[in-house]
Amino acid sequence: MTPEATAQVRAILGHFGNYGGRFVPEALIGALDQLEAAHLAAKSDPSFQAELAELHRTYTGRPSIITEAKRFAEHAGGARIFLKREDLNHTGSHKINNVLGQALLTKRMGKKRIIAETGAGQHGVASATAAALMGLECVVYMGEEDTKRQALNVARMKLLGAEVVPVTQGSKTLKDAINEAMRDWVTNVETTHYLLGTVAGPHPFPEMVRDFHRVIGVEARAQMLAEVGRLPDAVLACVGGGSNAIGIFHPFIDDADVRLIGFEAGGSGVETGKHAATITGGSPGVLHGTRTYVLQDANGQTIESHSISAGLDYPGVGPEHAYLHDIGRAEYRAINDDQAMQAFSLLSRTEGIIPAIETAHALAGALIVGRELGPDAILLINNSGRGDKDVQTAAQYFGIPL
Amino acid sequence: MVSYSTPLSDLFIRVKAENRAALIGYLPAGFPSIAHSSRVIAAMVEGGVDAIEIGFPYSDPVMDGPVIQDAAEQSLKNGTGASDVFDLMAATTKLGVPAVVMTYWNPIERYGVEAFAASLKAAGGSGVITPDLTVEESSQWSKAAEDSEINRIYVVAPSTSENRMPLVTSQCSGFIYAASLMGVTGTRTSVSGDARDLVSRIRSTSDLPVAVGLGVSNATQAHEVAAYADGVIVGSAFIREVQESATIDEACERVRALASSLAQGVRR
Repeated sequence: MTPEATAQVRAILGHFGNYGGRFVPEALIGALDQLEAAHLAAKSDPSFQAELAELHRTYTGRPSIITEAKRFAEHAGGARIFLKREDLNHTGSHKINNVLGQALLTKRMGKKRIIAETGAGQHGVASATAAALMGLECVVYMGEEDTKRQALNVARMKLLGAEVVPVTQGSKTLKDAINEAMRDWVTNVETTHYLLGTVAGPHPFPEMVRDFHRVIGVEARAQMLAEVGRLPDAVLACVGGGSNAIGIFHPFIDDADVRLIGFEAGGSGVETGKHAATITGGSPGVLHGTRTYVLQDANGQTIESHSISAGLDYPGVGPEHAYLHDIGRAEYRAINDDQAMQAFSLLSRTEGIIPAIETAHALAGALIVGRELGPDAILLINNSGRGDKDVQTAAQYFGIPL
Repeated sequence: MVSYSTPLSDLFIRVKAENRAALIGYLPAGFPSIAHSSRVIAAMVEGGVDAIEIGFPYSDPVMDGPVIQDAAEQSLKNGTGASDVFDLMAATTKLGVPAVVMTYWNPIERYGVEAFAASLKAAGGSGVITPDLTVEESSQWSKAAEDSEINRIYVVAPSTSENRMPLVTSQCSGFIYAASLMGVTGTRTSVSGDARDLVSRIRSTSDLPVAVGLGVSNATQAHEVAAYADGVIVGSAFIREVQESATIDEACERVRALASSLAQGVRR
């Protein structure tokens, strides 16, 4: 990759090549400008960075460790496999990195209310957690279907003091929760910050959320050098909206010899049309304020996505991933439900680590990439979340009576 | 500045001479059905609506409140696509009223930006309202619209800053859409006081006509808005009449009655 191309990746005016930008009602421009200014100021403000770092040290539990998965690796052609343990963070996934950053920004902007969307509930729980910690009012929009599938997480959010609003419009899932959160934001923008949970949405969200997750890759890069004395041959992560993937990829972008591989949710198989593999099976378009790859029909209507993993069940993807794909710096592949569940089971049984089903897509990818690269290869996987929330889904899948 | 006129820009000249505001009615294409949307529009026109805004139903309408969301969802279930939108446009402009399409950006991009402008023009359309196309992202659309000699209408909000206002209004042609309040589409018990203020802020940056939308549902509100705006846009109130009707005949009758009452309202 040329230095020019690298520079382009560092978003220019909110664009990543032809992707990104802002496609939103005019009413939101003021708030997006305010957010962009607050983010840029915080980025270069040592006191903000110190406050966030201290929170991560004393609350999140950073740095998260890396764990070599030796028994799991025996099934991956003998390659050495390292897991970046974001599952060990407070609230159980990488989501807390972004949430704490944005909650601090909310306070800096003088706003007292946050709204968030959630699919499986991980981002909603993380948002409710940050709101409780910082004394902010929190409203979480969640598709009605998802509130039924993830009743436990709804209860968690309520216990943390958040209000959970079931969304009954459209497909009643994550994309509709985002629509409803945007409507709330258009109406209450003066007092409210929209704490978007992934690297999608209008500028500055893709750039800002990435910046808050870069800590994953920065830590992991140093940990790999310290543990094995060299960089991994490939960095792997699951991709829904793409926040955990961009967090671990980004600090490796200039390391031309390190392959970056994202694994999308192939659902029942991309060829069946029942999937959430946006880059693999979608086309460029505009969704939720940004130009990126989208699952859409001939009229530009969003097509519902399908995945066993609620956290990957989204018909769009972060615009920076779209760009990294088009310029060939990162690769994106689809892993279907069954492959992911086999890897879910395998990691549980070989390492004593129950991963989130989202994360299991990257683990399934490692089994394939490991065999492709052979026994000398070193793989780094973002173990983005833990599987406690998925016990019910997994038990049902494997026929374990509850 | 555009050098061409459209039926829409001609309308604003005419209503100004009549010392009144234009009444603009909104209906999503394919609602309540692909066969019947042209009948509802005809009823609006018979009742006195001056111009029609045809909605391109979209799966993720973040600017719309529950009434238009439901109508769009119903329309999509009816299988409405771009060709139905242009067919309805042709049927509408045949009635002798100017018409525009209101659409979120993705359907235009998917159809092809230049092709969309050309198809709209071919169907007799005057322009397009693009509620989620920011002026920063509009260069391809500006060129396409000018090449096809149609109007580009952007929405300005109460939160639009003084610095930004001329950047947006200078990109508009035909008219400027003033969103009366911070929020989504839908009827309100009163029109926000922000609207009058917003219209005067717009006028300090542009000579184009200004139409006010969001929240207008009855003749009293229309009259109030017509005192300071060049156009009054009504959407959800018409849709609600259709939704509350048992038959298409009843829907047309109720829409005609509402249009006629609103048409009285926009006369000063």
